Amino acid sequence: MEAFSLLLHGFSVLLTWKILGLMFVGLILGVFVGVLPGLGGPNGVAILLPITFSMDPTSAIVMLSCIYWGALFGGAITSILFNIPGEAWSVATTFDGYPMAQQGRAAEALTAAFTSSFIGSFVAVLLITFLAPGIASFALRFGPAEFFSVYLLTFCSFVGLGREDKHKTIISMALGLLLTGIGMDTVSGTLRMTFGSTDLLRGVNFLVAVIGLFGISEILLTMEEQLALKGHAAAISIRTVFKVWREMPRYWVTLVRSSAIGCWLGITPGGAIAASFMGYNLAKRFSKDPEGFGTGKIEGVFAPETAAHASGTAALLPMLALGIPGSGTAAILLGGLMVWGLNPGPLLFVEHKDFVWGLIASMYLGNVVGLVIVLATVPLFASVLRVPFAAIAPMIVVSCAIGAFAIQNAMFDIWLMLGFGVIGYVFKKIGIPLAPLTLALVLGSRAEDAFRLSMISGGGSFGVFWSNWLVGSITTLSFILLFLTQIEKGISKIGRVFRPAQAA
Amino acid sequence: MSNSDIEIEVSDPTAPAVDSPPLAKTLTVDIWAMVVLGAFSSVMAWDNYRTGMGWSEDGPQPGYFPFYLSVILIAASIYGIVKSLGERRAAAGDAEVFVTRDQFKRVLLVFVPTAAFCVAMQWLGLYVASFLLTAGFMIFVGKLSVWKSLLTALIFSLAMFFIFEIKFDVIMPKGPFEALFGY
Repeated sequence: MEAFSLLLHGFSVLLTWKILGLMFVGLILGVFVGVLPGLGGPNGVAILLPITFSMDPTSAIVMLSCIYWGALFGGAITSILFNIPGEAWSVATTFDGYPMAQQGRAAEALTAAFTSSFIGSFVAVLLITFLAPGIASFALRFGPAEFFSVYLLTFCSFVGLGREDKHKTIISMALGLLLTGIGMDTVSGTLRMTFGSTDLLRGVNFLVAVIGLFGISEILLTMEEQLALKGHAAAISIRTVFKVWREMPRYWVTLVRSSAIGCWLGITPGGAIAASFMGYNLAKRFSKDPEGFGTGKIEGVFAPETAAHASGTAALLPMLALGIPGSGTAAILLGGLMVWGLNPGPLLFVEHKDFVWGLIASMYLGNVVGLVIVLATVPLFASVLRVPFAAIAPMIVVSCAIGAFAIQNAMFDIWLMLGFGVIGYVFKKIGIPLAPLTLALVLGSRAEDAFRLSMISGGGSFGVFWSNWLVGSITTLSFILLFLTQIEKGISKIGRVFRPAQAA
Repeated sequence: MSNSDIEIEVSDPTAPAVDSPPLAKTLTVDIWAMVVLGAFSSVMAWDNYRTGMGWSEDGPQPGYFPFYLSVILIAASIYGIVKSLGERRAAAGDAEVFVTRDQFKRVLLVFVPTAAFCVAMQWLGLYVASFLLTAGFMIFVGKLSVWKSLLTALIFSLAMFFIFEIKFDVIMPKGPFEALFGY
């Protein structure tokens, strides 16, 4: 019940005209970014981050998270009307969403997508409300060794659970961690990897890197594609909305299943992409009519959207409670927190109550307001796609440059941003995932500090990471996750040895 | 509701041709990227070795953590090179294409103006440079009508100036043009 009263307090922080206005602007901008081809959640947040620099932290985070909700909603519009998934996690939505639009049921599909997104996020926010404070207060007892083992767990689960080549995930992560080491060493004051350059003294700024990786590289990638598109226009009438809502309770099993999958995969850094596909596939497997999937079944829209949004929202849980983001976008939000001088981690719940509960309350409010906005303004946003990309691309470039420069007022950061743009372009095309790099860049210096502090307390022995049951089990779990595929192979081999009859 | 007919259509006259000749194979770029990464991390490893990667009496030396990261990076890139070389031999002729000539042209069409914009903003200031970039890009790359492009660019640059310079006090590089108006 304590969470409940704190939540009410959070709402009272939010209910000022200024914050409500920012919320509205954030949502509109977010849907806008989500609808534009090639741009999505992380890119939108990265590009629009500079706007928030001069705000107070609460307004800023409310606006940024609203951009994020808006982008999540917006992704569904292009998937259903144009068969173009704005985001990787919207791919599963196109399977049934686009056929529905072709049959003239675009409005139904959109209503289904928005409503299920809302439900997914809502379940995840409930989870955050009641779980995050507990986890945070538990984590207050963590020492540096515990923190390092949790970081290790995050990194290892990326390697073990990711779909990319293992060595590419490792490269992405190690590179990120290495880049954060550039500049003045915080512990000893020694210069590291600066090679005499005064510009490198400040180090590689996380946000500059992110703006390059997600903003500039995304424009290069989008330009490469065929930009012509054809799609359906749709307006949603109140009648359709109620029709879909009346139908919805029939699919409650799918909704509950997808929310659960989404929450679980969001907390572990598996991500929304895996969640949306899993939600879709499980709904298909358990359906009485699996053949109907892919031909425009409304359940095929409910399942992936609920899972993707539950997961996108749940990714904020470890970010708030432990300071470890569960997704690329969460990592960028976390980078924002540091710009405003907030130290992410369990202490946030103690030291910045207003901020944390304001953010959580804004998740509730943002989702409700977002649902209403997108339902009412779909035709408007669909026509945003008529704006030629040649007009949008330079504006995005300018916004990126403003963002990169504004962080430290350094021209060098602009060049760094361009460099990261090229790196992001090449990495994406050769299959090196960017999310681990982002995560490593944001966690790097804290991971190193935790490592060094624990090594000092352990007298230089790695035994400190197995010094009590808590650290020991987290560290062991990390290594199990790291070698997950090898272990699975081993187990199935043993299984075959013992059951030769079945194998034949 | 009869919204099954297509109502929004955007064409892309300068789209890259599907049969444009390939410039590079993905695996080739993959291998070169790994070589560059390996070289980069070797330099980093050497620098950290120089800084000190061992133990002093008060704990690990500053180079300790980054040195071992560089070693991991080197190992992973060597593994990647070996793996991709093998795959390339297996795939022979029909490997995945990294970029075709038309696609690369389009990428340069964005990248070169972007780089030029970054250079120009040092002398002209950000807002003038952004006007030139937006207008130029719309006219020459997007082939949009001149007056529409100029107007869009003007409104956009003025809006940016208003939002960042006046509303939010974010200081951007400014050139002679802004100086005329006393900024």
